[in-house]
Amino acid sequence: MAKSSFADPYSERLHTARDLWRRFRRRHSAVIGLALLLLLFAASIFAPVFMPHDPEKLKLSQALIAPGAQFLLGTDHLGRDMLTRLLYGARLSLTIGFLAVAFGLAVGLPLGAISGYYGKWVDLVIQRFADILLAFPSFLLALSLVAMLGVGLQNIIISVGISAVPSFIRLVRGSVLTIREQTYVESARSVGVRDGRIIWLHVLPNAMAPVIVQATLNLGSAILIAAGLGLLGLGVQPPTPACGSMLGEGRNYIFSHPYMATFPGLAIFIAVLGFNLLGDGLRDALDPRLRHV
Amino acid sequence: MLRYLQQRFIAALITLFGITIIVFAILRMLPGDPARVIAGLLATQEDVERLRVQLGLDQPMLIQYANFLGNLLRGDLGISARTSQPVLDEVMARLPATMQLAVVSMLIAALIGIPVGVIAATRRNSILDYILSIITLFGVSMPVYWLGLMLIVIFAVNLQLLPAAGNEKIESLILPSLTLAAFSIALIARMTRSSMLEVLHQDYVRTARAKGLRERGVVFRHALQNAFIPVITVLGLQFGTLLGGAVLTESVFGWPGIGLLMLDSIFARDYPVVQGVVFIFAAMFIGLNVAVDVLYAYIDPRIHYG
Repeated sequence: MAKSSFADPYSERLHTARDLWRRFRRRHSAVIGLALLLLLFAASIFAPVFMPHDPEKLKLSQALIAPGAQFLLGTDHLGRDMLTRLLYGARLSLTIGFLAVAFGLAVGLPLGAISGYYGKWVDLVIQRFADILLAFPSFLLALSLVAMLGVGLQNIIISVGISAVPSFIRLVRGSVLTIREQTYVESARSVGVRDGRIIWLHVLPNAMAPVIVQATLNLGSAILIAAGLGLLGLGVQPPTPACGSMLGEGRNYIFSHPYMATFPGLAIFIAVLGFNLLGDGLRDALDPRLRHV
Repeated sequence: MLRYLQQRFIAALITLFGITIIVFAILRMLPGDPARVIAGLLATQEDVERLRVQLGLDQPMLIQYANFLGNLLRGDLGISARTSQPVLDEVMARLPATMQLAVVSMLIAALIGIPVGVIAATRRNSILDYILSIITLFGVSMPVYWLGLMLIVIFAVNLQLLPAAGNEKIESLILPSLTLAAFSIALIARMTRSSMLEVLHQDYVRTARAKGLRERGVVFRHALQNAFIPVITVLGLQFGTLLGGAVLTESVFGWPGIGLLMLDSIFARDYPVVQGVVFIFAAMFIGLNVAVDVLYAYIDPRIHYG
């Protein structure tokens, strides 16, 4: 059987991308969120092109210059341009966010799907596993993992990613529980399509709407957690610019040069706000039945 | 209902058991030789061996875990590598400060968040609702630690009204608890609003209005009571989030609670204390979830369990 050909709501919905955009566009806040993020992406990707300063090279003669014409957001304690460092930092924050959520999805999606689809003891074991991860507030879980694994980009991504796993397991399991009982799944099963194929082709695509929304919102919280680790000195290590560690450095100058802490926090805030707006908008566009919280 | 609570209790115990495995692993999964990592690079080989025996790391893994569990049941969380004091004593000495901060923040969050949510819901689509939803959206998007730093800049540096750090005076509590509460205020307000909106569309609310009850009576007697149920879940979960956020808030304000203890221990590689704090945090969170479940069963007469 080359192609599974049971009409399910997902296949029908494939043609409605335009419809989706129409619903999404109606919410101004969602469009603002998308615009905010696109701007941030563009600025951080093209920073090397239009920023004349080096993000890492020290220039102590220019240390702690207040925001002004020469340096829009001022310079830090080592004489580096804050705006340049922030744009490079935003790039890193976004990368960590995306990879961490991807990691969370890669682990959480299959576990949630298997848990919901097979039920019984498999479900029980996976749900207890999720319970255990949920027993740690997500920041604390990421912090403990980093304490254990040590700092470094890879460990931060894994730690932040794991803290997103249980929410995905729960969410996917919930959706799969109802999808599993649908006629199209039953029809596929009755003609002998293998379980793995059913899950991959019919169950998961139909469970995706809430997952996409959750993943978008999780991008925001992943960035918040990673920056929190950075603030504590457990993030990406200097001299690499990262919003969290810049905030941590700024904290040491909070009494004399408050701008050093203000701007990095503002950058994190804008990114998280963007993802939250986008997530709310997607929720309305993808699934009008979902309650707007 | 008794059976339902029994089930919840057993599930909580299983979770707690799983947590002991994770907490146990924290020390054993350290990259390289855990005894060497904890002793530090400058320690002599004898020191490392002594520490290995002291921590029981020379024994087979299964025996180590059995000992760990046995000690835990007796309330023994091990010995701090830094101070040689029992970990439990260290944690308990710091716990009141964290609880004080978390409880005050929780109260602030509920006392502001719930009324804001009710007001926004009853004036749906008004200018006020719009403004409140922007503020609460900012609230859930803002890094709490950044908010803390900004509050320090405004109230401690510029206005010189409140202390920037420490916990000696009662005013010292204001900035940290506001910082810690901010996210929860916003989340609770958003949750209350949507829960209220849902309830306000129910038949019994229409009935209450139709029989001529005043709007205030409808909102407070009929709607709010029913809208409370999801809000309570969020309150319970938020308390856990507050405890996690306490690590950052305590760090920003130098508040001497268990969050700061955990951070100091991480940097000092005092892993027995890190383990202890993580275990206490998780155990408190589980206990709280059970409490929320019990509360649920009392509040919602529609739910008949088991």
